[in-house]
Amino acid sequence: MYVDWPCPSRAGNIGEEMALAFDRKRDKRLLVLPALFDEANKMRRLTVEVMRRLNMSGIDCFLPDLPGCNESLAALESQTLEGWRAAATAAADHFAATHLLTIRAGALLAPDGLPGWRLAPTSGRQVLRAMLRSRTIAAKEAGRDETMEQLSEAGRTMGVELAGWPLGAALFAGLEQAAVPESPMLTTVEQSDLGGGVLWLRAEPDEDPDQADALAAIIAVALLGDGH
Amino acid sequence: MTGLAPSRNEVDAKLRQILCDVLGLDPSDVADFDGDTGLFGHLPELDSMAVAGLLTEMEDRLDIIIEDDDVDGEMLETFGGLLAFAEAKVIEG
Repeated sequence: MYVDWPCPSRAGNIGEEMALAFDRKRDKRLLVLPALFDEANKMRRLTVEVMRRLNMSGIDCFLPDLPGCNESLAALESQTLEGWRAAATAAADHFAATHLLTIRAGALLAPDGLPGWRLAPTSGRQVLRAMLRSRTIAAKEAGRDETMEQLSEAGRTMGVELAGWPLGAALFAGLEQAAVPESPMLTTVEQSDLGGGVLWLRAEPDEDPDQADALAAIIAVALLGDGH
Repeated sequence: MTGLAPSRNEVDAKLRQILCDVLGLDPSDVADFDGDTGLFGHLPELDSMAVAGLLTEMEDRLDIIIEDDDVDGEMLETFGGLLAFAEAKVIEG
């Protein structure tokens, strides 16, 4: 279930990260790139539930930890968007992925050349905006005066901690510039395709078996419907 | 709802949907919200991270920009206050 995989570090070494893997050496092998930061926590349960369903349907699934995220020993402050893209590409190679599923801002890290799906892709700017805003609201409640523009400037030049996530300047600047890439090989799945409420917006992590069924069905029908 | 301009109905409906999504509330409960229904400080789900998600989602779905200075206790206190704010922003935008 949990396996190690060799992940390139920023220093050019090969480190180790963990992945949740359902690997029975089957033909269809799906790399899953998770949502980022707070949304990663909110979406973890749904993401893993989709993988369990696909595993039962005969599809291998791999959810790698990005450096600095989840169980990773690397520091989040020192990560960059390019580093995460390199990590995602290394994971795709290591697990011999044939297909890709990205969740939310995971779409920003998609390796080239893999067909698949992206669930409600979002730009780096939108992800930052929600986090910047939560900090300004919390500051206001505490009687401090901070603006999103001041925090953004700090983020770009020296990094900033947002909603408990310490973001380095390189990662902050990278996310600010990161639009959802054009990807003719990836089909966008919107929340309205799954029904139910938007789990990444909830104040507390939640789950929804019906949404997991719906997303797994979209993927399984496409992967197994063509004469598997 | 007679007497409201269509755009006003639309903002109202979108705002209720966003609240359903953010708070995970039953749509029939949110349909019963009126102008005096309390939000921030009344609903335990609505902490500062959830408020941030709420405002960012409003920007996305209503195609508006919400500035730092726009955010105050009054606009978030009741459904009526939030709706009036959203309508003003939509007209302004």
